[in-house]
Amino acid sequence: MLAEQQMWRYRVRKTVTRALLYGVLLAGAAIMMLPFIWMITSSIKAPHEMTLKTIQWLPKVPQWQNYKIAWEAAPFDIYFKNSFLIAFTVMSIEVIFSSLAAYAFAKLRFFGKNVLFLLFLGTMMIPGEVMLIPNYITMVNFGWVDTYWALIVPWTISVFSIFLLRQFFLSIPHELFEAAILDGCGKLKYLVTVMLPLSKPALVTVMLFKFIGSWNSFLWVLIMTNTPAMRTIPVGLTYFVSDVGSYYNYLMAASTFAMAPILILFLLLQKQFIQGIARTGLKG
Amino acid sequence: MIKVPMEMKTKKYWRETAEAYLYLLPAFVILGMFSFYPVIKSIYMSFFDWSLLRETQYYIGFENYQRILNDSVFRTAIMNTLRYVIGYVPISISLGLIVAVLLNSKIRFRGPLRVAYFLPWVTSSVAISMVWRWIYNQHYGLLNMMLAGLANVVNTVVEFVTFGHFTEVWQFTNPNWLMEPQWTIINIVIIAVWQSMGYNMIIFLAGLQNIPHELYEAAQVDGASPWQSFWKITLPLISPTTFFISIISIIGAFKLFTEIYVLYTGRPGPVNSGMTIVYYVYRNAFERYRMGYASAAAYILFAIIFIFTLVQMRVSRSRVHYGS
Repeated sequence: MLAEQQMWRYRVRKTVTRALLYGVLLAGAAIMMLPFIWMITSSIKAPHEMTLKTIQWLPKVPQWQNYKIAWEAAPFDIYFKNSFLIAFTVMSIEVIFSSLAAYAFAKLRFFGKNVLFLLFLGTMMIPGEVMLIPNYITMVNFGWVDTYWALIVPWTISVFSIFLLRQFFLSIPHELFEAAILDGCGKLKYLVTVMLPLSKPALVTVMLFKFIGSWNSFLWVLIMTNTPAMRTIPVGLTYFVSDVGSYYNYLMAASTFAMAPILILFLLLQKQFIQGIARTGLKG
Repeated sequence: MIKVPMEMKTKKYWRETAEAYLYLLPAFVILGMFSFYPVIKSIYMSFFDWSLLRETQYYIGFENYQRILNDSVFRTAIMNTLRYVIGYVPISISLGLIVAVLLNSKIRFRGPLRVAYFLPWVTSSVAISMVWRWIYNQHYGLLNMMLAGLANVVNTVVEFVTFGHFTEVWQFTNPNWLMEPQWTIINIVIIAVWQSMGYNMIIFLAGLQNIPHELYEAAQVDGASPWQSFWKITLPLISPTTFFISIISIIGAFKLFTEIYVLYTGRPGPVNSGMTIVYYVYRNAFERYRMGYASAAAYILFAIIFIFTLVQMRVSRSRVHYGS
């Protein structure tokens, strides 16, 4: 009798905690999603639905043409082309350069290795804002202001990627390397045919980080561009605001399509991405 | 005397060195031009009255630093930045940890929930700040409409339970979030917490998975409540992760700029209430072209971040628990 009562009490308590747990987590997730939902539903509202004093979640008739109007109100095709071109180029070059450097730090023995590695890591400590001004002047001197060069070249190396890849390369057994070298395999060939295929998860992480970072980067592009032909999506979007002012339905449509590529990319690759971040946290 | 290792003298060693430097060459060139050189160049510039608008620059010693430290706008920038750091960092870390602990239990929909919490982190600060501008809108914004609804419910309930003695206890007047200076930093803290919490959560989740499950089982056998387990097991064992996240968050928080710039359409908030250190650097460098002055301000920012990081490392030495 007593045991039964206890059992029952235990079950009730367990159910209540479960319900509470789900309740809190779902409510939290709903709050996190709210700005996205509000953005999307606002983007298909008619102008008079934007000035209601009470919450109307869905428009009576979805105004899909808002997207067309927003798209045509600014040269978004150019902004998109620039963002894609820059993010893709930066990502591709960066993964090659960083792999090479990481390989040297992970597997080769050479003069000045530790000092150099510390020097590289040291740059991660310094806020980019300190380098902003001299870099701007360098760009002026090179004549690179308002060109793709300025938006690509400085970003083709990241110490963070070198560090991440080095850690991953170190986890690949060294005996493999030694055996291959003894068999007369060149070091570069070993990197390309053995190391890189084995390091796919780390490479995907590095590339994703770079692509998203480049797509979202703002301050540098803002400073470096002064014509619409060179602007990327985030900078173009801020100029778009001053053009359409407070037509928030168009603004929300533009925000939606500005975010869409990254959101889709993330949803497709979310597993790799989340694992990648977890890894950086552990090793950092 | 430096001891020269045996291997240094062999030909093979030097051949490998040459090869390694070849691999490092691209990294060297890019980092040299865009990291090492500018770090030194900006120290140098900070001692000059350096303007982009003329050919010759004038050496003025420490005058830039003196003028910045005496500038009341810079002091506002420091205070605003500090308020933001103090508001944002603890909230973002503790919410991230709470969600991670809750998600770490055996539940369904773990994957989708994780994605929902994490999604804001991948979105562009510019686009998302735009969305928040609309949410904060005084008359038609989602925030005020929800608060008005909430006030209505509270008032009705209070009126009902007090038999009509208290009506209208919460007189809701639409705050103008983006125009009233007292809200500026709070607005930004809300956006930043919303955006970064998921990232902290992911890193905490990884850290939590490293805590051996037997510890919790043993504690449960000994009669510890989940609450006690959290304080006595989870918190101490997760402390290296907490330390890592707090360093990253503080450094990031000191660089606040984009959210302010977008939320207030290229202005540092009403009456400089959103003036931050990086905004100050930006304004002086790229709106006023005072490059030497802005370099000095950037270096002061670096010094502040550096001191904060050092202090944190000191504190952590006694507090952070590293497993054997």
